Parts: sequence; structure tokens; C-alpha cells
Amino acid sequence: MLENPIKSDSLLGLSNIIWAYVFLALSLVLVISKGVLPEGIHRPPSFLVFPFADWINAFFVFIRDDLGLIHVSRAVSSGVEWLLDVTANLLYGKHRWPRIGPIPWSAIAATAFIIGYGLGGIRLSLISGGTFVWIALMGQWKWAMETLSVIIVATPIAVLIGLIFGTFAWRSRAFERILNPILNLAQTMPHFAYMIPVVVFIGVGPKAGAIVTVIFAVPPMIRMTLLGLRSVSPEVIEGGKMSGSSGWQLLRFVRIPTARTEILIGVNQVIMQCLAMVVLASFIGMPGLGQKLLQLLQSLKIGKSVEIGISIVLIAITLDRCTQAWAKREPVHFPKGSSILVRNKFLFVWLVLFVLFVILGQFIPILDQVKRNQAFSISAPIEVGVDWLVITLDPITQWIRWFLITWVLIPLRNFYLWVPFTAILALLACFGFKIGGLRSALICTTFFTLIAMTGWWDRTMITVYTVTVAVIIAAIIGFPLGMFASFGERSSKTVLLICDTLQTFPSFIYLIPVVMLFGVNDVAVIGAVVLFAAVPLIRYTIEGLRNVDPQIIEASQMSGANKFQTLFKARLPLAIPTIMVGVNQSVMFSLFMVIIAAFIGTQDLGQEMQRALSFTDVGKGLVLGIIVSFIGLMVDHLIMTWSYSRKQILGIQ
Amino acid sequence: MTDSKTVISCSNVWKLFGKNPSVYLNSIPENTPYDKIANDGYITAVRQVSLNIVEGEMIVIMGLSGSGKSTLVRCFARLLDITKGNIWVDGEDLAKLSETQLIELRRKKMGMVFQNFGLLPHRNVLDNVAFPLEMRGQGVHERRERALEMIELVGLNGREEYYPRELSGGQQQRVGIARSLAIEPDIWFLDEPFSALDPLIRREMQDEFLRLQEMLNKTIVFITHDFDEAIRLADRIAIMKDGAIEQCDTPDQIVLKPATEYVSKFTLEIEKARVVHAKGMLQNPTTEDTRIADFAVSGEKTIQELARILVNEDFDFYPVENSDGKNLGFLNRKEALEVLIGPANA
Repeated sequence: MLENPIKSDSLLGLSNIIWAYVFLALSLVLVISKGVLPEGIHRPPSFLVFPFADWINAFFVFIRDDLGLIHVSRAVSSGVEWLLDVTANLLYGKHRWPRIGPIPWSAIAATAFIIGYGLGGIRLSLISGGTFVWIALMGQWKWAMETLSVIIVATPIAVLIGLIFGTFAWRSRAFERILNPILNLAQTMPHFAYMIPVVVFIGVGPKAGAIVTVIFAVPPMIRMTLLGLRSVSPEVIEGGKMSGSSGWQLLRFVRIPTARTEILIGVNQVIMQCLAMVVLASFIGMPGLGQKLLQLLQSLKIGKSVEIGISIVLIAITLDRCTQAWAKREPVHFPKGSSILVRNKFLFVWLVLFVLFVILGQFIPILDQVKRNQAFSISAPIEVGVDWLVITLDPITQWIRWFLITWVLIPLRNFYLWVPFTAILALLACFGFKIGGLRSALICTTFFTLIAMTGWWDRTMITVYTVTVAVIIAAIIGFPLGMFASFGERSSKTVLLICDTLQTFPSFIYLIPVVMLFGVNDVAVIGAVVLFAAVPLIRYTIEGLRNVDPQIIEASQMSGANKFQTLFKARLPLAIPTIMVGVNQSVMFSLFMVIIAAFIGTQDLGQEMQRALSFTDVGKGLVLGIIVSFIGLMVDHLIMTWSYSRKQILGIQ
Repeated sequence: MTDSKTVISCSNVWKLFGKNPSVYLNSIPENTPYDKIANDGYITAVRQVSLNIVEGEMIVIMGLSGSGKSTLVRCFARLLDITKGNIWVDGEDLAKLSETQLIELRRKKMGMVFQNFGLLPHRNVLDNVAFPLEMRGQGVHERRERALEMIELVGLNGREEYYPRELSGGQQQRVGIARSLAIEPDIWFLDEPFSALDPLIRREMQDEFLRLQEMLNKTIVFITHDFDEAIRLADRIAIMKDGAIEQCDTPDQIVLKPATEYVSKFTLEIEKARVVHAKGMLQNPTTEDTRIADFAVSGEKTIQELARILVNEDFDFYPVENSDGKNLGFLNRKEALEVLIGPANA
């Protein structure tokens, strides 16, 4: 997504900076003279608005009915459904082929325990095994297994597709060039935009959930495959060639195994994306933990939601840590003459435990299935605690709500809606010229002109306003926190670990605490977005500040700078390009979150997206999705261009 | 060595890196200077190289980094396609081989050792060494046996199941050497094999390498940037600068008669007497009244090794003979002493 900054070009002999001022002035003039100018300057005039949604719908009807794609998609989905039925039977005993299951929960927990132990020792085994014990004891087994069965089916398919596309993109530059903008678009489109076409072609339910999950998880796999294949050392490849490998042998035996780490990090990303999506797929009738959470949140059952939330978080941590450990695992040899038992000790221990628990499950029912009435629940004490917390914090939350709504949110929102769209386009041109010259100015204005042409300008402005407010609040919280944490080695590591863990949580989880504290309203939306957006900010602030060349720090210390002088005069200026990457991610996360938060009440693009979903209006859904994507891509372009040129100036990287 | 068979032969080989090298190369005269070509956006990695490498010979290609030596050896193995000229391996034009023929050639005749080892990180020592055999489709048992033999040869027995990252640099390079020898190649390319190792290990590996060479007697193209290493190992040295070969000759000749100023810079710091052999300075007595020694010296000895004789036995010439006792020519005492202690007027 990184473009080279173009600095030297000039339009009509004027430098970029002059053009930036020209457009800034134009923007101001348009704002000041708002009353005088015709209506077409304020809002996109009707002749500019095109019925993109209708065109897309017509296109989709054409490929679905006339080209008969519906039959293809039906065939694919029945294949996926068959796989889902098999896993469903094994994991929670759905009455489908092979009619064996359900496997006792204790045997599955033992499996998780052994996998954790094999990959990361006792600590990881306690997390992975403990997760499944918790789920079983809380009586959420069936829901969790519904969720997991989709991940188990979707992940290998997504990984395979990603590997194939990634390899093709690596082989053919032309294919990569076509694929790249599609991936950019795909990775910035909100989750819901994916769901609508899937509902059209597949319908609703588990198979639709699985398929939308696959589609959503493929792009990062393609990217990581490409990266991995590119990063294999040329000498290893030459070594392979000189060993007489043919092209296929080289790929199969040299390139792919050597790119193992990157490919497995891709697998990790696929799994995390799958989890995020499968939770959200509850909106299109995907049963499981996500659906339960959605229902409980909507009926404001906080205690039960927290229980489910904990399960989702535990699953996220388990999946993330295990796959990370797998990716980072280095091969180790066994001492000479080790027996087959020692070489495969994990496999044998697992087999023994698995069989043991399957047999025990037949005699001790509690080890087979935990019935609803046997399950523990901690929802009552949570409920009490939350009530107490809400009542105690009430004056504060009330005040925050009142202050934000009256003094920040409503005035800002009205301002965003009041500004003429032409003034915003001129302002974007100004930013573009300032940061990256003519090319950037064209990119920015083109994105937003296209948005204006869709006719969703006002909704877009509300989304932009929410994101702006949220990122600013996130920055006010995140920057000082990050700076403070960066002072010490220990505190940096701890906070980074927390941030990493928080980032693995599916976005849906962030709604629980804000709904708990603020109820269902605008402030809760902002709150959720702020929480979600602050994480990358803190993370990159710490990383930026910590990764400054130690010699520069030592030099500034020897020049007599104290802790704060070192921070503000040496660390911060060098860290800002990295911190801006954090801001960029924070904006991307906000855009995702704003759309998800729509179901607790917003009036922006997200709300329209929800409507499009309930009416399965593909055209509208995709147009809205692309609008969100355009906002994201524009911000990404501006910030990354700036960060890149700043790094060049500072001579880092 | 004139009776030996030529294994690799190349004539007027060019390799340019850039946008459209072959079109560009045809548009410029052959004597265009390096800097002019660089200004046009092309890197001259190999320039007008003509060379014949004969069977059983060890040729060392020496040059500083960026001189094109690694590129040249990659052209010999056709890891890179050349821009102009011809390379023949065993009489076959390398450029005309199809992909399959090329792979066949590598599977049967070529082995290569790399500076940073180029080992497969996910395979243990045994599987790394057996890799070329696996590629050409040999059976499991056969290749295991052969790989174990090779591992034994490089002295890594007992470590068959180690993974590359569990080995030291020197050990990893032993694996690289074993792998390159597994298919019993006729031609052995070594691209700065010891440069990534620390000096003590490097010395040890050089000795090991000489031992192997004595046993196997292969045609070797050895790349290095270390002049001492070149002198220690080479039958012939080719010194490269800016892609062109400045001089290609025996170590004796390079030290005694550097062809260009660039070559002589390398030889400045070298103790010539340690390098030059008696057979490298053969001469015939010019006048009748010269005093010729009544005993012969061995042509294989260096001037340093002959120092005692040169100082004590006052003759004008000494007969030089090879190991079979056959006379090769005569050694001029005055010139030999100059090599030993410097020119007379110094």
C-alpha cells in the first residue's frame, strides 16, 4: 500500500506547496461564502449522482441467473455444508454422517492440552486446555463447537486458496498487479459488505457463515504467501537449482518449506480473521457463540454476555498463541538412537489420553457432556458487580455522556454536515499537494468525488465524523499512555503484550464493556471505537519510541538531556513516522468498528449497511462497503506517503 | 597441461545488468569504459571474459566485492544467462541447452558450494546432503548410503540428524560441501566458501579442502576475495576488476610478473619467496662461462624452502628437476636471491 512520494513534479510551474495553499484558500472561500453560492456547491447535485447500486444489482442478477452462477455457488455450498456436517457431528453430535459423535468434551480438552504443551510448554497447555474446560463447565460447549466447526472447515480452504493465489501472484507480475488493488479494497471493506453477496448466492445459516469467512480470510494469506516466497534467500534457491531441482521441485521442496514461517504467520492471520468473521456472521444466521452474544447484548443481559465474551477471548488467545508458537518453532533433532516412542511422544500421549477420556466418558457422564442444568455460571456475581459499578460510576458516565453529546458530538456532527462538499474536496486536494504532490491530490479528490457521486455524502460525513472524534480521543488517551509505558523496559513489554492480546479479540467483544457502561447510544458507539482504535496507537507509540537507535539516545544523554528532554527532543521526532503508522491503523480499525457498532444505533453508513443486509440489497451494500474502503484507502495513502517521505528525510530505514 | 581436456571454455563473455542489456550491448562499441556504461544505467558484471579451464585444474577467481567474480561463476552454472559470448561445458554450448538438459547437467556433472551455505533450514544434515540425489530420483536407501558416505568424508559423522541452525558456521559449510559432492560432480564450483567463517576456522577448512581435492581431483572453480587464499589453493589465478579479467596465470607468474598496476597492488604485501616455486622461474643459461651447480633442486620447492642452498652454494645456475628426476631447466641464483631478499640495489 506504500507509494513513493513524488516531490519534484510541478503543475503549471507552481510548486506543490503553493498549490496546497491555493486549495486551502479555495476551501476557506467556499466555507465563508456558503450562503451566497448555489445549492450545487453545498451538496452533490443530482446530475452528479449515479445509480451505482442499481448497476451492480443488474450485474449480479445477470451473473446469478443468466450466467447460472447460482448453480455453481449452490454446488460449492453443498460441498461446504457436507464438511460442516461432518465436523458438527464429531464436535457436538449433529445427526449427520458419520454419526459417531459427539466426542466427549474431556477428550477434546485433552487434545487441546497436548497441542498447547507440544507447541509452547506447560503455560500454553494450561491456556489451551483451560479454555476448553472453561467452555464445558460454563455449559457453552455446543455454541463454541458450532463456532469452531466453521473455523476448522474454513481455515484450510482459505489457506489453500491463499497459497494458490499467492504463488500465482509471485510467478506473474502482471497477475500481482491486477490482484494488488483488489486486495487493498478487500482488506479495507467492512465485514458486512462481504455478507450481502454471500446471502444472495448462498442464503443464510452455517454454510453461508463458513463461505463468507473463507472469502474474508483469504487476502492476508495471499499477502503472506507472496511475502514468504519473496523472502527466501537467493543462495538457498541457487543451492536448490544446483542440486538439480526442476521448477516444480524447487517450489515444492525449497521455496515453500523455506518460507514456512511467513506462511504459518499467514495461517495465524487466517485463523484470527476467521474467528472475527464467524462471530459477526451471526448477523446472517450463523449459530454459535456470536449469535448468543448478539442476542444477549440486544437484551442487555450483561452477566451472560460477559461469560460468552470470556469464552470468545479465551478461544482467540488459544488459537493465536498456538499458531504463533507453531510458526516460530525451530526444528530440533532427537539424540541418536531415540526410539519411535520418544520421537513421537506427543502423538502417543495424546492417543492414550484421548482413548482414555473417550472410554471414561462412557461411564462418567459428566466427562462426556456437561448438561445445561449442571453447568456453572458466574453471571449472577458479574451482574451484581456490574450493577454496582454502573451505579457507582453513574455520575461520571452521565457527565461524560452529557458533555460529549452536547459539547462535542452534536456540534461537530452539525459542522461536518454543514461544510460544503466542494470545500472538503478542496481541502483534500490541499492535503494531497502538501504531502505527496499532484498524484496524491488526484488520488484523494478522486476517492471523495466518487463517494459524492454515490449520493451517500451525508452518511459518509457522519461516519467520518465518528471516526475523527474516536481517533482523537484514542490519541488523547493512547499517546501519553504509550509514552509513559515506553520509559521502562518492563512496562513496555507488559503493555505491548496486553496490546497484542487485545488485538486478537474479535471486534465484537469491544461492545460488551461500553454497552455495560453507557447503554445503547451514540456515546457507547464512540466508546467502542475509541477502545478498539487506542490499541494500535499505544502499540506503535511504544514501538516507535523504543526502537530509536540507542546511539542517538546515548548521544542526547551525554549532551546532558534529562528524561523528558530525551523524550521530546530525541525520541519523539524520530518515532513520529512509526507512530503515524499506528494512527493509520487506528483509523482503519475505527472504520471497521464504526460499521459493526451500527447495530447499537448509529445513523451513518453502518446503519444503511445493516438495512442493505436485511433487504439483501447487494448493490447498496457493495456501494456502501466501497465507500468505507475508499475513506480507508485515502487515509492510508496520505499517512503512509507522509510517513515514508519523513523516514527518508530522517534517513531511517 | 596442454594434453588435458578443456572442461569449461568461454569466449568473449559479457554479462550486463539493467533494463534491456542485450539491445544496449549491441549498440555500444566493445571498448566502452565501465563508467560510461554505468552512467547509461547498466552494471557491467562480466566483461569480455575468455577463459579455458582444463580437467583436474583448480582455477581461483579473485577479485574485490563487485568485481563480477560471483556473477561469472553463476554464468558457468547458468544460474544466470549471459548477455553476449559463448560458454561451452564439455563441448556443449551452455546457452543452447533446454531447461531439462540444463537440469540434467547439474544433476550429473556440477556441484556448487555457497558463501552463506544455502542449506535448507527444514531438513537435517542427512536430508540436506541427500537432497541432490532425491532430486534426481534415487531411492531412499541408496541416497541414504551415499549421503552417509559424504558426511563421513567431511567429518560430520554423528550429526546426521542435526538441523542447520544447530550447527556452527564451519560445520554448516561442511554440510554444503558434502551436498555439492553427493552426486560425484566433475566440475565443482565454490563461491567464497570460507568467507563467512572466522579466520581460524577458515584456515582449518582450507586444509580440509586441500585434502579433499587431493583425494577427488576434480575440476574446480574457486571464488575468493582473499589473495592469500587464492595463492594458497590455486593452480591458476584469474584476477578480476570491473568485470574483466586483468590477468590469468599461475601464482608464481602473478607474483613475479604482475600484468597490470592493479594486480601488482595485491602482490605488494605478499612474501614472494613463499609463493614462487623453482619451476616457476626456469631459465636457460645465456653464456658459456656460467657456473652450473653439480646437483639439482626440486621444482616443487619454493624459493623460501631453497633459501639455505641459495645462500650457501655459490653457483650462477642450479638445474631444476621434477619429482621423477627429469630436468626441467635452470634456476638463476641472482634472480632467486632477489625474490628472497629484494632487489640488489635496494
